[in-house]
Amino acid sequence: MTAILETRGLSRNFGGLKAVTDVDFTLEAGEIRAVIGPNGAGKTTFVGLISGRVAPSAGTILFEGADISHLPAFRRVRLGIAYTFQITSIYAKLTVAENVDLASHQRGTTDTRSCLEQVGLGDRASQVAGTLAYGHQRLLEVAMGLALRPKLLILDEPTQGLSDGEIDNFIELVRTLSKRATVLLIEHNMPVVMSLAHRITVLDRGSILAEGTPEAIRANPAVQAAYLGTADA
Amino acid sequence: MSFLPHLLLAVLEGTVAAAVLALSALGLSLVFGVMRVVNVAHGEFFMLGAMLAWWTAKMMPGGPFAGFIAAFIVAPAAVGALAFLTERLLLRRINYDPEATIVATIGLLFVIQQMALTFFGADAKPVAAPFSYRIVFPWFGYSGYKLFVVVASGAVLLGVWWVLSRTRFGLIMRVTQFDRETATAFGIPVNTVYSVVFVAGAALVAVAAVLIVPIQQAHYLMGLDPLLMSFIVVIIGGLGSIKGSVIAAFMIGMTDGVISVFFSPTLASIISTLAVAFVLVVRPQGLFGAETR
Amino acid sequence: MTARIVLLHLAVLLLLFALQFIASDYVILTLTRIMVLAVYASGYNLLFGYSGLLSLGHAMFFATGLYAAAIGTTRAGLSVPEAFLAATLIGVVVSSIMGVIVLRARGVGFMIVTLMFSQAAFLTVLYFGDYTRGDEGIVILDTIRIFSFLGRTIDLTDPLLRYNLALALLAILVALILVLVRSRFGHVLVAIRENEDRTAMLGYDVARYKFIAFVISGTLSAVSGATYALMFAYAGSTLASIQYSIHPLLWTLLGGASTTLGPMLGTGVMFLLVDFASGFTNVSLLITGAVLIALVLFFPKGILGSIRQRYLKWLP
Repeated sequence: MTAILETRGLSRNFGGLKAVTDVDFTLEAGEIRAVIGPNGAGKTTFVGLISGRVAPSAGTILFEGADISHLPAFRRVRLGIAYTFQITSIYAKLTVAENVDLASHQRGTTDTRSCLEQVGLGDRASQVAGTLAYGHQRLLEVAMGLALRPKLLILDEPTQGLSDGEIDNFIELVRTLSKRATVLLIEHNMPVVMSLAHRITVLDRGSILAEGTPEAIRANPAVQAAYLGTADA
Repeated sequence: MSFLPHLLLAVLEGTVAAAVLALSALGLSLVFGVMRVVNVAHGEFFMLGAMLAWWTAKMMPGGPFAGFIAAFIVAPAAVGALAFLTERLLLRRINYDPEATIVATIGLLFVIQQMALTFFGADAKPVAAPFSYRIVFPWFGYSGYKLFVVVASGAVLLGVWWVLSRTRFGLIMRVTQFDRETATAFGIPVNTVYSVVFVAGAALVAVAAVLIVPIQQAHYLMGLDPLLMSFIVVIIGGLGSIKGSVIAAFMIGMTDGVISVFFSPTLASIISTLAVAFVLVVRPQGLFGAETR
Repeated sequence: MTARIVLLHLAVLLLLFALQFIASDYVILTLTRIMVLAVYASGYNLLFGYSGLLSLGHAMFFATGLYAAAIGTTRAGLSVPEAFLAATLIGVVVSSIMGVIVLRARGVGFMIVTLMFSQAAFLTVLYFGDYTRGDEGIVILDTIRIFSFLGRTIDLTDPLLRYNLALALLAILVALILVLVRSRFGHVLVAIRENEDRTAMLGYDVARYKFIAFVISGTLSAVSGATYALMFAYAGSTLASIQYSIHPLLWTLLGGASTTLGPMLGTGVMFLLVDFASGFTNVSLLITGAVLIALVLFFPKGILGSIRQRYLKWLP
């Protein structure tokens, strides 16, 4: 296996606050990796650093072996890193198809139709995106991510606010997607994490606390302590 | 007159300009800081304050001093009342949308200007200083009133600083500034706070106008300059920060004073504006940059 | 759908063409003025309506074209077509330089910074009064405005010729704007207006798109300014003042922001309104102010924007 993404000594401070400290992280091509951790562990900052929304204070980020630490976000998207927002961020006034068109046109493709069908929004192409139900808006986010034909798809809390039935469909969807792209999943919902992730990275207070298979993480006393300590998950 | 006395004069003029500028910029900065809106009619509130000071002084029997005291009460009160109406009838109805507020207050700017022209006329209106003591330097005499302006501005600034940092209302304002939703959750009457802040901002600029009008005559077009200068001060000095406003006002006032004395006021304004460009290029986030949510 | 849109725009242009056979001299002159200024408003709309960038300083670009043309013909000895071309190029240069600087500010900062730069430009016009003749302004002599071009004599003092030239310019502009806003470039501009963050995360170089929109908008304003100077033989500092930065905003808002024909309509309606009111009193400032406030309070989408929302969804 080869590493698609690597970070070395990656850190980010906000004023005096250390959000991410000295993280060495390796992501293998083709895997589904979940990043979990208590609230405030630095998960969103960490994926922000990878996607380019947040500039690093120190350290390097390698994508397919090339240093992307100082590339602006849009260039990283063009290299194949797609990011779906934690808080749904779509073009509420445009139609569903127009939303996805903006993504596929950027890649010079005409994938809109098939991307919408993959996430199950094929019959809603002409609906105005802002009028979609919340769960469907999340799916639209994913469709836009797909239309970018990413090598690495970052999903930031994708199941937040979804119903149980929607979550089951979502798990299936991510499994299908992972055949074409490496998936980096930030997730609170442990059943989702356990059923999807090949490996799990646990962040706590900005550093990697543990890393391993779902079984290993479940059995890890340090992880249990961190979670029990904050009564999360 | 040789160079050094010339420079002394320039510094004195710069200090007076800076003191008044700090006061008018503070009003703008306070409003933006708490309410996140820019009041483009701010300069017209200044002009209105100056016009009202002239009108009050003219109406008031008992000489310039009595007139000055009366103006100190009438002008801020009347301008504050207008600001109150503006806040209630205009800004609140457009829900303090930043873009709509700018457009609406531009509209207000034109309306006030035309009204002032219609009611007060197009000629410049002199107002006598409340006292005419002159400080005699070996090279030139200097108006004691101008130095009084500096002291009075300083006193008002101190007062505002005290309210903001030492009183309960100051605390409430800072909470509102931090986050409107949180403030509401804490039971702070956000609407009332907005009204008070907007009125206070207008009253401050009216006080600045009352102070300046014995030095600079009242005229219906006088509002634009203080507006633009306040913008410059606010961008350079930081929003809602008294310290920043005062420092920036002194920088700008002093450069302005010196360049105006040695070269021309027009050149001084051009240079101040270019200073802002420089700030923006060096600090692209500006002081507005991060605040546009 | 597309045919309907093209037909609508052609109909508007044809109507304007036909008007010259029935309109009075005064109406011809006013319409010429409106058409020239509509170019300014449409250029403004590209930035404000479609890209969501509210500039309060476009008078600096209008004035750039205005003075480049006036000084070019009266002092640099350029012919009218040369001056027009030079003004356009200077417009590109000035708006590029300004774009690099002012686009670093965002949101409210952008509005204030554009306002201040425009004021600096206005003061510069006054400062170099030897060249610009300040308030009094530059008058371009008729001898310059009658010239030969490609072997034909063109007389810019002839009202009907001016009318048709302005109409030709407007037609080119309408075509340009229509193509632009319906292209992918235009769609990305709208995407930036609607959600800048998302657009960047779709891999678009947002800064570059904004810059290009800014330069096109500034250049169109300069073209309008140059045309204004050459057609009406005058360039004065009032035309560089803040009020001239607010005008295109007002016209665009009134006609309907992010509609192709709105700015033109808004310019026309505003001219009518001021014209009508000045019949009994000189209150153009008051009307400008009152209309701005009324639009914001009661009519934020403007005329065509409201029509589009209620009746004609296909209106571009």
